[in-house]
Amino acid sequence: MWSFSDIANNIHNWLSNQFNPTWTMIFEMLIAGVCVIGLFAMLGLVLVIMERKVSAWMQIRLGPNRVGPKGMFQSLADTVKLMVKEGMTPWGADKTLFNLAPFIAMIVAMLLLAPIAFASNFQLWDINIGVLYVSAVSSLSVISILMAGWASNNKYSLLGAMRSGAQIVSYELSAGLSILAIIVLTGDLRFSTIIASQADGWWIFKGHIPVIIAFITFIIAVTAETNRAPFDMAEAESELTAGFHTEYSGMKFALFFLAEYVNVFIVCAIGATLFLGGPMPLHIGHWEGFNHAMDYIPSSVWFFGKTFFLIFLIMWFRWTFPRLRIDQLLRLEWKYLLPISMINLLLITAMAILKWHF
Amino acid sequence: MNAGKYIRDIWNGFTSLLKGMKRTGYYFTHHKEIITQQYPDNRNDLKLPERFKGEVVMPHNEKNEHRCTGCQACELACPNGSIKVIFKNELTPEGKKKKAIDKLVYHLELCTMCNLCVEACPSDAIKMAQTFEHSVFDRNKLTKILNKPESKIMDGVE
Repeated sequence: MWSFSDIANNIHNWLSNQFNPTWTMIFEMLIAGVCVIGLFAMLGLVLVIMERKVSAWMQIRLGPNRVGPKGMFQSLADTVKLMVKEGMTPWGADKTLFNLAPFIAMIVAMLLLAPIAFASNFQLWDINIGVLYVSAVSSLSVISILMAGWASNNKYSLLGAMRSGAQIVSYELSAGLSILAIIVLTGDLRFSTIIASQADGWWIFKGHIPVIIAFITFIIAVTAETNRAPFDMAEAESELTAGFHTEYSGMKFALFFLAEYVNVFIVCAIGATLFLGGPMPLHIGHWEGFNHAMDYIPSSVWFFGKTFFLIFLIMWFRWTFPRLRIDQLLRLEWKYLLPISMINLLLITAMAILKWHF
Repeated sequence: MNAGKYIRDIWNGFTSLLKGMKRTGYYFTHHKEIITQQYPDNRNDLKLPERFKGEVVMPHNEKNEHRCTGCQACELACPNGSIKVIFKNELTPEGKKKKAIDKLVYHLELCTMCNLCVEACPSDAIKMAQTFEHSVFDRNKLTKILNKPESKIMDGVE
């Protein structure tokens, strides 16, 4: 059957036959880099048009409908527009930091992509501390935002960046605690082990109510961590014009814009891997026929289906919920999400020790 | 803060957010609810809401007669002076002089479509039309004279 891991193995075998191991390694790295950049470009195009269509339909509008069939090429036209625009650096800005910040945002997004399994046995880097690596690297993204806000020499940018710092530092706690819930149940930080532990059922079904609570906490926390509405304090169009990227234009703005969507994809991919089984098909108990039919759907389709379902969920939040004020935002984290996820973690630990889960 | 209120707060917040998501989810799946009109494409069969107001007009019948008596109620009602009534003296068939309107000047560029003039009019001489393509190159063209030339007051309207 056709699968990503077969293609990767074939390419690896062909390269090993042609070149010595060092050159094989270099070529594989190049191919992986090109694939990652291609994936980013595709994600930018697809997620932007998806967001615009979802928002339009939820607000009883039509959305973009002029470029291409049903407006599907709108984001392509926008990309061309952003590429030909002038990328200005303001006169009073710290030029080095100002121009560096968007690239740091992209580099962090690229680093986060390394341990994610896109299909069964298809991973760039199966590191033994995968989940720790992801939660550690994702906190680096705040540096790019702070850098952009500081270097812009603009009070709106600085305020947006400072808010974003407060927000990411607080919401990382509950995101980390809800990820820990799954670590407690599987007992391993490696992504492939976590996926393998869900072969007989996803954790969200196996783990009873505590894991569902952990999942909800995770979704709320990562929505805040990616700076999306209803937690868009860093951008805050209504009070800070555009927050940390007020002074950015052209392709540098586009990189921040792309980094936001890529981050959304990555956190949804992590959520899908931890709670919804990643590339594992849906299996229900002892229904042999049903399980067998589900196995025929390729694992990459399962992975992208789950990820896009979570992305849709986060877009649904964005276009439904009212925005929070900065003090309400911090109160939600410190008074509600953090105590709940701590108690929840305790429950899950007890459940894992007593083997109450399926 | 007691524990009961804490849990109740969470529950109320959660259910109200779910209610909102149900509503937007309904709109997302029911595209028939979409109210956007694709304007230049559907110019021939526009569906305007009943109370949509575009400009003030004075309807005339086929004998070029209107119902305006020149009572100035609309001019007084107008909050920003969009309407001016200019009089002339007309001779009745009996040879008496009678006051009648010469011009009812309407400044579309000032009008806020508040509908107060239409409500103030005692003889239903003016009404709101639903035309909205008012863009012109010369601002003076927005000053309109509502009564048609040579028009007269309808018989029986005092």
